[in-house]
Amino acid sequence: MFTLSNDDLTAIRLSLQVAMTATLVALPPGIAVAYFLAFSKMRGKALVEGLINLPLVLPPVVVGYLLLLLLGRNGWLGGVLADLNIRVIFTLTGAIIASSVVGFPLLVRSIRIGMEGIDRPCIQAARTLGASWWDSLFTIILPLSGRAILAGMTLMFARSLGEFGATIILAGNIPGVTQTIPLAIYEYTSTPGGDRMALTLCLVSILLSFIVLLASGAASKSLDRK
Amino acid sequence: MHLTVSAHKMLGNFHFAAEFDLTGNRIGLYGPSGSGKSTLMHLLAGLLRPDSGTIRLDETILFDRIRGINLPPEQRRVGVVFQHSHLFPHMSVRRNLLYGWRRTPETDRHIEPEAIIEVLHLGHLLDRGVNLLSGGERQRVALGRTILTCPRLILMDEPLSGLDEELKFQIMPYLNTVFSRFEIPLVFISHSLMEMRLMTEQVLVVDQGEIKQQMATEELALSAWAAPGQGYINILRLGRPQPQGDLWIYPWGDVRLVLTERAEGEDNVFELDAREILLFKRHPEATSARNLLPCTVRKLFTVGNRARVELQCGSETLIVQIVPESIRELELAEGREVVAAVKASAFRRLT
Repeated sequence: MFTLSNDDLTAIRLSLQVAMTATLVALPPGIAVAYFLAFSKMRGKALVEGLINLPLVLPPVVVGYLLLLLLGRNGWLGGVLADLNIRVIFTLTGAIIASSVVGFPLLVRSIRIGMEGIDRPCIQAARTLGASWWDSLFTIILPLSGRAILAGMTLMFARSLGEFGATIILAGNIPGVTQTIPLAIYEYTSTPGGDRMALTLCLVSILLSFIVLLASGAASKSLDRK
Repeated sequence: MHLTVSAHKMLGNFHFAAEFDLTGNRIGLYGPSGSGKSTLMHLLAGLLRPDSGTIRLDETILFDRIRGINLPPEQRRVGVVFQHSHLFPHMSVRRNLLYGWRRTPETDRHIEPEAIIEVLHLGHLLDRGVNLLSGGERQRVALGRTILTCPRLILMDEPLSGLDEELKFQIMPYLNTVFSRFEIPLVFISHSLMEMRLMTEQVLVVDQGEIKQQMATEELALSAWAAPGQGYINILRLGRPQPQGDLWIYPWGDVRLVLTERAEGEDNVFELDAREILLFKRHPEATSARNLLPCTVRKLFTVGNRARVELQCGSETLIVQIVPESIRELELAEGREVVAAVKASAFRRLT
């Protein structure tokens, strides 16, 4: 009754590819920004925080449009990218960038809360015991915020699986190239007789999200046990 | 150890300034909470950067504003034992202990983990998670962890204040054993005069963000006596006891003391309140007090209606507190012989 076409399978593969790449690409800067927000005493902190959180409150379509202005052929960065022969608009790269920007605040917020929960003198103790800053980052700060990092990655992954607004503007809706699950569902619902296909993809979407939640729960438990 | 500090630091409205130069291995930082003791500790450890000045430890410049030197904490080899142990919660006792040791260059490692584990009685705890330890155990692990980095100096920030009285005196012998056995210079921070007297030889008195005084610890204890309502507690280091009937005889210098309390080991610390000692002009032949000690008066000092008498008891010193009227009746004067009577039960064991 519920069968998946080849295009559907491609959409699922693209969705996973976009979500996974976006999450992994955003992780290092996410940790860096979370560290800055959690530990820095600089003045401009509130401003940086606001800027980072903006995609969380803006309509994704607005984010997508701003990215288009920035990365488009005549955009601020677009020219530079064109010179380097990198195309972003209407490509998978565009979809990944859109997901990264929209999911980034969720990742940062989660890691930051985890880092703020670390006992500060514990980090200082590591330094007085002979650990350099990098050493203390890898042996104390990251392990102690492991659960928060995992939670942030889960949130961002799930958010990227569902990304629609920014993606459709920046990457378009090209089957086999940038059409992820939400975009495919959108296309089915606007095509006569596509209801059943849309429903099938909805079920796939629900299943994927559920698997992500279960996997993150299990991983978090195994971190607890350590 | 030789430590030279000239440093200033503004923290909000609090201005901290330290100027001192000292030589010694058992240094105390004494003062009320909020006086700046911990600030000084953070400056020494490199956890806080002075606004100006210099900090030198022996031949090493730890900080020099003008020459642009500021050694990071991991290069200073200055160990810190914090008020609360701050163990790494995601590591076992063993990994906590070895964290610093593994990061110490082999040429600097002159203390073996086995020795520390034995001295601090940590053998049975090694594989435990640190969250299941008691307060005293946690503090022992924190101490071991710091000592294993073989630091040139250990800073202890009120390491006993989080523990209850009984635990305090259980930890103290560990501290004394460790510091005398491994010969590590110590800066001990506390607002407890008793802890200062047990752990240090010299003190820097810190108050309102400044070093007010630098003196021998005993001097500080005696000067504190002059304040109204302050008593004086004699601290006696006694040797291994021998039983005598149902009492115990302890050597104290070349004198022997009779106590009701039993202790084990070679070095036992007891306290004796200066007000619990009676003075007699001549030997009273028979009294209920078990200790009758012939002494010589060395110094007399009177404040209000309290008088402090410093006695020479064989090779040791004893401080007695009486009233000025007694001085007149006993005709006490420097150089005069008296007999001090102390009950066997007046001594209280500290460690």
